[in-house]
Amino acid sequence: MKLVEGRVRIPSGCAISGIISRDRRKFTGERIVESMKVMRERSNGLGGGFAAYGIYPKYKDSYALHIFYNDSNAKRECEAFLNEHFEIDEASELPTRKIPEITDEPLIWRYFALPRPSRLAASQLDEREYTARCVFAINARIDGAYVFSSGKNMGVFKAVGYPEDVGRFYMLDEYEGYMFIGHGRYPTNTPGWWGGAHPFSLLDFAVVHNGEISSYDANRRFIEMFGYRCALMTDTEVITYILDYLIRHVGLTLEESASVIAAPFWSSIAKKPPEERERLTYLRTMFPSLLVTGPFSIIFCFEGGMMALNDRLKLRSMVTAEKGDMVYVASEECAIRAVEPDAENLRYPSGGEPVIVTLNGGKDNA
Amino acid sequence: MPNYILPDFEVERRDDRCIRCRVCERQCANEVHSYDEENDVMLADELKCVGCHRCVALCPTRALKIVKYSGTFRENANWSNQSILEIYKQAESGGVLLSSMGTPNPYPVYFDKILINASQVTNPSIDPLREPMETRVFLGKRPQNIERDETGKLNNNLPPQLELSVPIMFSAMSYGSISYNAHESLARAATELGIYYNTGEGGLHEDFYKYGPNTIVQVASGRFGVHKGYLDVAAAIEIKMGQGAKPGIGGHLPGEKITEDVSRARMIPVGTDAISPAPHHDIYSIEDLRQLVYSLKEATEYKKPVIVKVAAVHNIAAIASGIARSGADIIAIDGFRGGTGAAPTRIRDNVGIPIELALASVDKRLRDEGIRGNVSLVVAGSIRNSADVVKAIALGADACYIGTAALIALGCHLCRTCHLGKCNWGIATQRPDLVKRLNPEIGYKRLVNLVTAWQHEIKELLGGMGINSIEALRGNRLMLRGVGLNEKELEILGIKHAGE
Repeated sequence: MKLVEGRVRIPSGCAISGIISRDRRKFTGERIVESMKVMRERSNGLGGGFAAYGIYPKYKDSYALHIFYNDSNAKRECEAFLNEHFEIDEASELPTRKIPEITDEPLIWRYFALPRPSRLAASQLDEREYTARCVFAINARIDGAYVFSSGKNMGVFKAVGYPEDVGRFYMLDEYEGYMFIGHGRYPTNTPGWWGGAHPFSLLDFAVVHNGEISSYDANRRFIEMFGYRCALMTDTEVITYILDYLIRHVGLTLEESASVIAAPFWSSIAKKPPEERERLTYLRTMFPSLLVTGPFSIIFCFEGGMMALNDRLKLRSMVTAEKGDMVYVASEECAIRAVEPDAENLRYPSGGEPVIVTLNGGKDNA
Repeated sequence: MPNYILPDFEVERRDDRCIRCRVCERQCANEVHSYDEENDVMLADELKCVGCHRCVALCPTRALKIVKYSGTFRENANWSNQSILEIYKQAESGGVLLSSMGTPNPYPVYFDKILINASQVTNPSIDPLREPMETRVFLGKRPQNIERDETGKLNNNLPPQLELSVPIMFSAMSYGSISYNAHESLARAATELGIYYNTGEGGLHEDFYKYGPNTIVQVASGRFGVHKGYLDVAAAIEIKMGQGAKPGIGGHLPGEKITEDVSRARMIPVGTDAISPAPHHDIYSIEDLRQLVYSLKEATEYKKPVIVKVAAVHNIAAIASGIARSGADIIAIDGFRGGTGAAPTRIRDNVGIPIELALASVDKRLRDEGIRGNVSLVVAGSIRNSADVVKAIALGADACYIGTAALIALGCHLCRTCHLGKCNWGIATQRPDLVKRLNPEIGYKRLVNLVTAWQHEIKELLGGMGINSIEALRGNRLMLRGVGLNEKELEILGIKHAGE
């Protein structure tokens, strides 16, 4: 039996990087690949990936579904499901470049789709929830099919390999976007499956993560009460679902969500001014099972920006910097310097302190 | 009628050490020891010995040893000495056999077949001496939605919560079943520790109202001692539907324990038996429970969480699910190994299920139904040490109740004869000469020490797992592995086998 995500839990060390233009100026994916390249030491060739925002302006109102298929049977079954639930504007293979470093690729397809209005109305769900549930249904029920990207005007690109090779394979240099994140993986086991690479994404949310959380099963068993299925058994997956739940379902702000998952210690809360103390106590008491412990640094992206966050003890490295309207976040300073030698305002955010970057003129929250 | 009973113990007295000080004689409420002045010799009536070790502990020359009685009936793998003796007792008395404390029978203890994880390499363990390590928990209901005011500020819409510095509370033990000094020790310890103790169904002595903020008051089927002031003074109210040691039956405190003080606390005449019926006679179904929960909430203006305590029985998952939908803020589940001041032996030793299995299946059921967040789960029924606490929380509990462990800290030697009312350690007795043997000043410190020690150990275990808040352990079953358990047991516990 191959040890793949979903059958075993595979802890990983990792490299992460994120670049955003607050003015929504577009740049190519080459920069994020360059940034990841210098952190090669932090991955071991068993997983790399990227998320890119603003890359599909032509189809910006459609959900861009990126899907891995093990074989044509899985594709047939999945397409039948998609046709039943969505109106598909365009279906094509995701463009890739054959390179010797990346092998054994599955079938990789891309669909631009919108929910069928009659189905959507009958479901009594909003469009995003409807789409999310379809994604869960495919991933849980259709053997050999895996939706790894499902947002609008954004896309996830991931594979088994070093990040810079994965970037070349997916031709990231040909995509233009206003925000990119990258991930290089160092799993302590041998995953053989592309779906297990990161980022992990749901709708327009994408997460890259470096760490191994000790609260995993407490978080997983709690979040699964709300319809999520943690099929991959990875930290990134459960963190994505927690943020999706807190932001999209509960209606917390990014900052409030950060105070739940990387909650300040009670001893720190006691020293805050009364109003802040009450707010933090409320959030910890309300959502105790969504506290995430153990080392992590994450970059969480949504259509309107990103949030970088460290665990409450800062057990993983993470640096932020700025230059003009650009903001950079990475596991190491070198990953920022590689693409912006003149980066300014270099900071090492404290444990549990969220760094939230939103687009100028956009909403403040996910 | 002839008496065929054998003693349980033999008293071994080293004559070369005995100085005839007669401490043993004065200390033994069971009147085992006596002095024969004429021959200057100490005598012992072993049939009366319950093995409480009071004489052993107080003998100034260590002359005494209590050992298991070595005499035996003809060996028989089917008919144990115990089985035979019980028949003799019943043939003499025609009565139900009574026992105290949890069952001593060798049923599986699942806690002992579960092992805890620790971090190596891929994530760091955390040193509780260097980093904050949090054991604080809140018990109570969590609403489904947040609320904001017009400025977007979060409203505190949480129902009343119990805040615990460490997820351990003292289980329900009534004033009557245990002594005034035992109660005072528990109340003071709970206050100092920032946890709670529980009155049991015995009312609340007026001297202890001052410990109200750390008191859980019980409303049980006899409704003894329940009045407005009693409810108002407490931090939380517990409806006792059942007890792990005696599921399905009520309670009986014999008249000799109903002293002046006990009678006032219970609001019944001195010397009358206090009989709690098996069911609550206003609760014959789940909707009736809901009415009692809300009656108590109405009476206390929705300012206090309501706990519903049930015994772990076969259908516990469905029962707990029903309770979770009946307005209860907290569900307490008492496993069949739990203690008691008196229970029919047959019930105690044969009815109910182990707390580990009950907890695992309740936690799973509430999650499957999406309502685990609506209630907190407190488990009881033989939590013996800090590792049991950690395992229970990883299986899904919010906190644990300890009863027997607390009494042992006070000096209980588990002789299991509480029902006789002659506790030589001043715990399970109302006899003033015995009660005064338990000094609450020392007793409360021993309880504080015990819980503090467990808290230290919990922090060490958490740190080893790389967890720095006990909240991240709750239901974290990946931190557990079974050893020597079969597939079905692992499935119910929701854990993997060691090596997996």
